[in-house]
Amino acid sequence: MDKEKLHHEDEKTDIVKFGFWIYLMTDLLMFAVLFAAYAVLRDNNFGGITIREIFNPPFVLGETLLLLTSSFTCGLAIVFANQENKKMVVSFLTLTLILGLGFLSMEFSEFAKLFGEGQTPQRSAFLSSFFTLTGTHGLHIIVGCFWIIVMLAKIVRSGLSVGTARKLTLFSLFWHFLDIVWIFIFTIVYLMGGLS
Amino acid sequence: MMEFIFGRLTWSSLPHEWFTIGGTIAMSGMMISAIALVTYLKRWKWLWREWLTTVDPKKIGIMYVIVASLMLFRGGLDAGMIWLQQAISVGSSHGYLNADHFQQIFTAHGVIMVFFVTMGFLFGLLNFIVPLQIGARDLASPFLNTLGFWLYVAGAILINLFFVFGGEFAATGWLAIAPLSELQYSPGVGVDFWIWSLQVSGLGTLLGGINFIMTIIKKRAPGMTMSRLPLFTWTSLFGMILVVSIFPILTATITLLSLDRLLGFHFFTTDMGGNAMMYTNLIWMWGHPEVYILILPSFGIYSEVITTFSQKKVAGYTSMVLAGALIAFIAMLVWLHHFFTMGSGADVNAFFGISTAFIAIPSGVQIFNWISSMYKGKIRYEVPMYWFLGFAILFMIGGTAGVLLSVPSADFQLHNSLFLVAHFHTMIIGGALFGIFAGITYWFPKVTGFKLHERLGQYAFWCWLVGFIVSFTPLYILGSMGAARRLDHYDVSTGWQPLFILAGFGFLIILTGAMLHVVQIAVSIMQREKLKDTTGDPWNGRTLEWSTASPPPFYNFALVPRVTSRDAFWEMKKNEKIIENPKYEDIEMPKNTALGIYVAAFVFLIGFGMVWHLFWLVAIGFIGGIVCVIIRTFDEDTEYVVTAEQVKKMEGGRKIYG
Amino acid sequence: MKIKPIIFIVILVLLDFILIRSIVTHGHNLAILNPQGTIARGERNLMIQVVTLGMSAIIPTALIFLFIVRKYRSGNKNSTYDPEWRHSNILTVAWWLIPSVFIFFLATITWKSTHALDPYKPLDSNVKPITIQVIALRWKWLFIYPVQNIATVNFVEFPKNTPINFELTGDAPMSSFWIPQLGGQVYAMTGMSTKIHLQATSVGDFNGSTAEINGAGFAGMRFIAKSVDQVDFNDWVMGVQKSNKKLDISSYNKLAQPSEDNPQTFYSPIDQNIYNDVISKYMTPRVESEEKSQ
Repeated sequence: MDKEKLHHEDEKTDIVKFGFWIYLMTDLLMFAVLFAAYAVLRDNNFGGITIREIFNPPFVLGETLLLLTSSFTCGLAIVFANQENKKMVVSFLTLTLILGLGFLSMEFSEFAKLFGEGQTPQRSAFLSSFFTLTGTHGLHIIVGCFWIIVMLAKIVRSGLSVGTARKLTLFSLFWHFLDIVWIFIFTIVYLMGGLS
Repeated sequence: MMEFIFGRLTWSSLPHEWFTIGGTIAMSGMMISAIALVTYLKRWKWLWREWLTTVDPKKIGIMYVIVASLMLFRGGLDAGMIWLQQAISVGSSHGYLNADHFQQIFTAHGVIMVFFVTMGFLFGLLNFIVPLQIGARDLASPFLNTLGFWLYVAGAILINLFFVFGGEFAATGWLAIAPLSELQYSPGVGVDFWIWSLQVSGLGTLLGGINFIMTIIKKRAPGMTMSRLPLFTWTSLFGMILVVSIFPILTATITLLSLDRLLGFHFFTTDMGGNAMMYTNLIWMWGHPEVYILILPSFGIYSEVITTFSQKKVAGYTSMVLAGALIAFIAMLVWLHHFFTMGSGADVNAFFGISTAFIAIPSGVQIFNWISSMYKGKIRYEVPMYWFLGFAILFMIGGTAGVLLSVPSADFQLHNSLFLVAHFHTMIIGGALFGIFAGITYWFPKVTGFKLHERLGQYAFWCWLVGFIVSFTPLYILGSMGAARRLDHYDVSTGWQPLFILAGFGFLIILTGAMLHVVQIAVSIMQREKLKDTTGDPWNGRTLEWSTASPPPFYNFALVPRVTSRDAFWEMKKNEKIIENPKYEDIEMPKNTALGIYVAAFVFLIGFGMVWHLFWLVAIGFIGGIVCVIIRTFDEDTEYVVTAEQVKKMEGGRKIYG
Repeated sequence: MKIKPIIFIVILVLLDFILIRSIVTHGHNLAILNPQGTIARGERNLMIQVVTLGMSAIIPTALIFLFIVRKYRSGNKNSTYDPEWRHSNILTVAWWLIPSVFIFFLATITWKSTHALDPYKPLDSNVKPITIQVIALRWKWLFIYPVQNIATVNFVEFPKNTPINFELTGDAPMSSFWIPQLGGQVYAMTGMSTKIHLQATSVGDFNGSTAEINGAGFAGMRFIAKSVDQVDFNDWVMGVQKSNKKLDISSYNKLAQPSEDNPQTFYSPIDQNIYNDVISKYMTPRVESEEKSQ
């Protein structure tokens, strides 16, 4: 690739990354609304279950560890992408995917358990806001997993192009962002609610 | 099974009342004649290739303005119907609309005028002008731009579709305040049409906001530092920063509302612990800054118009930028002034009242700086300047009314009254819309290559100004007579009827003004040879957009301009910085793509499916949209090269400043 | 700028004002500017104060504005043209200082008036206040006098020069309780109780309504607030007490069904708990759903 073309691609990466940051900020604001709604409705459990009964420390800690580890493996994938080590990128992305799916299955089982007990979002305003906040985060994780799958297919088929590397960078921003949101959920919803 | 296929759609959802039948006939009539015309002219291919799939922000800008103009007449029709009802529905007469229809009409009026008219015009102007003003060839993401535009169109179609399907729009006021908008009190599809048309077009707005921030920050020409940005670009930037700060709130809030309505959640319901006051808070956290998104770019247009027609530098550039930034910032801290009457207590109310009043400081600074910008100028009075003068008069009246409303104890009396209605119309018509008209007149020759007819423009202006005063002074008075807004009926003893009728005459004068715009454009097209702009710089302009040809070539600038000062083009002209024997280079331009229109179509299906509970349609829309996006993101062949030779040929020896 | 259109516009605008003046002075009521209550009077005076302050800023600005746009028109040979002029330290300071000073005054007024006219603040008076509970229904107003043991629909009567403590709640979408000649509005919402303290200073019939849209019957949700002398009030209460139309939970539930343009209705005796029951109805888990699940 000639120098000018490379410069052009760098510039493009720079712009796209900037735009993606703005997008992440808007997503964060959306989460802020959900957090605010949760804070307002937290005590309106209306005879339904409360957060203290939902909070199961080892379980939530497990979820958190899965996500944190997946962030780490995602970071490693980026490191290897910079070294253009396709094999390691594929392995670590797959690992990230597995950890993400692990988180999702844990969250799913938590939801299924609550639903089984009749503690649905329709039961009370607290449960509405709880499921919406954690569920929206979960939806983002699903999108992220889907994104990994599409990228894996692309990398396996046609290697690490400039475009794919750029998408990998954006993905890692997205994934770390979801980690941060989860830390907020972990602290504000589970810890502050469960221990108060 | 039938329920799965048809959701909530039944035979009775099809039009069966006079006002939905009328709407359906009018809409399908317009659609059929448009299709027939294009077919007759054999222009389908051309339309698809040159316009519908374009990524050129100039063409997208033109399409925005066309759609917004159509919607202006749609919203204006609503305004006329509101007036007619209020003028005749008094005492024993109940007018020609029942309460429900009347409430749907003013809701549609508000939503259309804010989301589809003013926002549409703004994005149109931004698309066309901002890249030219900063010396860029394109937006940061051409794809997001076409996608944003088509989402806006999809929202506009969805909001007009309620005539055909369901015959019911939200009857809740333009913000659908809960719990009135909850299933308990509004069981029909009206509120769902409201939710999804805003959701779809709001997504488009958000994408536009992100795109313009990227463009203004990252795509400026060499030397175009932030401190040299034209003021329209600055205020647009502030507007777009507000967009990305508040549209997520709108999206989240109405998503919560639709969860309540669709799945029986309890965010804003009256029972099971829902909190309706939270809805009022959230929706105004979006709603208040929204009106500043409408007005800020117009402030920028006035600054451009004043400096050009005074033929002079803007006074207090730094103050102007700072004032714009302050307006945008304070706008986010004042939402509570929309509901002082909800019982927040004196301390909270006083705090928000005072913070609201603070907006008067930067607004005052803007006015004073506009005055000083004209000082020692040589003011040519042409139509854009007329709009500014009209604005200045109305802005002072509306501003005083606004200051009055910012004082909580006065607001207790004026809130929800026609006084309030008169105030925000003064600001949105007199402030935002007059600015847009000034902008359209000012940049029209740049877009089309010929000026608008001067005399007819003046007539249109006088009709708007006089019509506005005749129409809205009675509303200020009616408010102080204790007339609440949104009344579909009132008593003879109130004595309001003559004032309502007078307001209606004002409406007719405004309507004449709007018609004169149409006549003006028609006459200008017929006399285009006479009104032709051959130089590309018909007003003796100051900023870079005037340095290109009119209309500009699709690549905007043959050579990227090198900027050395504010008022870049003015300085180039003054110093006669003409490039002799320009050395053209290859230019990379984005290829047209139909994916924007496809994605928007799929999103439209999602919206329509959600309104009617057609979940299979939602699934189709969802999967289709995702597939399109994936195709787009992995398409690495999105650009093509315009060779130096081609550029040279297109320029044809045009003088190039630099 | 041409002279002709200006004359045209001036004539039209003047005509507009003459018309409005003749309409308004035709014996009709500029309610907000014609207050008959303590709070409304305070609010009217406040508005005049604020508008005066606003005008003292706007009028000089408008005059300077008109002077500049005339003087620096391109045809004027007596004005200097300096295309480079763009900054003056003094002016910059002045342009920021002038509005700031005005806003400082405004902020002072705002802070004081908001506390003085706070609808939650009980009014100073030697007279014992009357408590009236108000429930916004679809689409009528129910007024409950707990002490007098009476209730009324779309009509409320009270003695003049007596503080009235209105307590507001709703069994309907958010409504706004507003009697313009007595004072500004406050929302009536489900599941909570808001307050407004008013006092009429003269006798008369005053129009009241909801200012916030709350559904199809919104425009018909009007009531008369009647201020009378103490003696007449006592007579009226005694009359209503004899009406023998009971307001208990079952007649309340019937009344709470949606209906439009309700006539004035009078109840006595009344179930004292209705107001609190209506509030707590929204504050406790729905009874029906529990029954269903059992």
